[in-house]
Amino acid sequence: MSEWPLYEVFVRGKRGLNHVHVGSLHAPDDKLALMHARDVYTRRNEGVSIWVVRASDITASSPDEKDPMFAPSGDKVYRHPTFYDIPAHVPHL
Amino acid sequence: MTVTEPQLAEHFGATIARGDRIEPRDWMPEAYRRTLIRQIAQHAHSEIIGMQPEGDWISRAPSLRRKAILLAKVQDEAGHGLYLYSACETLGTSRRELTDKLLSGKQKYSSIFNYPTPSYADVGTIGWLVDGAAICNQVPLCRTSFGPYGRAMIRICKEESFHQRQGYELLMTMMRGTDEQRAMVQESVDRFWWPALMMFGPPDGASPNTEQSMAWGIKRNTNDELRQKFVDMTVPQARALGVTLPDPQLRWNSERQAHDFGEPDWDEFWAVVNGAGPCNAERLAHRRKAHDDGAWVREAAVAFARLEEAL
Ligand SMILES: [Fe+2]
Ligand SMILES: [Fe+2]
Repeated sequence: MSEWPLYEVFVRGKRGLNHVHVGSLHAPDDKLALMHARDVYTRRNEGVSIWVVRASDITASSPDEKDPMFAPSGDKVYRHPTFYDIPAHVPHL
Repeated sequence: MTVTEPQLAEHFGATIARGDRIEPRDWMPEAYRRTLIRQIAQHAHSEIIGMQPEGDWISRAPSLRRKAILLAKVQDEAGHGLYLYSACETLGTSRRELTDKLLSGKQKYSSIFNYPTPSYADVGTIGWLVDGAAICNQVPLCRTSFGPYGRAMIRICKEESFHQRQGYELLMTMMRGTDEQRAMVQESVDRFWWPALMMFGPPDGASPNTEQSMAWGIKRNTNDELRQKFVDMTVPQARALGVTLPDPQLRWNSERQAHDFGEPDWDEFWAVVNGAGPCNAERLAHRRKAHDDGAWVREAAVAFARLEEAL
């Protein structure tokens, strides 16, 4: 018999926050994955909402040392507010 | 773009040196991966087997309050095992492989769980001393170099403090009771003190892997450092409780600003590690039976999922 598939679990800690990855678990299907996620990752009100997704359905970028994926954002300093010099006497900027 | 292995190793070393975390898809030396799998698996197995000694008392807890607390505590330990299995699997092993290795005795779990719990006071003593020692071991591991392991440890440490406090409170309650109850507490502490000290592993001189593990940031303190810390933390707690720790050599050393204490019986330690402890066979047999008895549930759940998919 094949093993139960692996699910990744994401929990929204409270209203207004993003779902955050908290770990993984094995479950036979989506419904039970949610139930298991509740039992394993939210025994003390750690969340108000849970996402589960099969690990095999996630597409991920490769680790940085093998892939120039993030290089394009490295040399664009003008994307950051600190790139611009504004005189100290100009308020609220 | 191809990167050579020495370059990868250099990048790995630099990440560790900066105090940054290694994440699952990063390149890592095979020995680092192997050591982590062994360490995290052993840790996960300990949480799972660790449910048994206390679980024995769930049906015999003296009140509904104590039963609810004990159930929650034992359920937490199951959760700890699952967090750690999940962290371990990110290293490329599988849950089935880990379970098989536990059941076949190829991977170990902490020796402390091979001691029996014949007295209800043991529930309190385990919370106080065994979870207490586990906290000493685990707090530094929140900063371990492998990301998923550190994150699992953070979750675990948050929950452990409830475990230790409920145990200590249970013992305090018994110490306020009858002479017989006080004697039960002392007898339990006498049995668990030395095995609890052994939880930190063999003395530094007999722990050949420590140096490499510390260089990799997998381990943050040596066994003897952590053992000393535990003794220093526990002595005032024992005094407040009104129990004696069964070590005639235990005394404050003002020069070292630390307690001197006796040597655990390392022959006993190795005997228990190698299978000759009082409950080794029982613990594994129980775990095997639970696994076998649950087989039909796992299979039925898969069959049901396939059926739903086909509809
Ligand atoms: Fe635990
Ligand atoms: Fe615990």
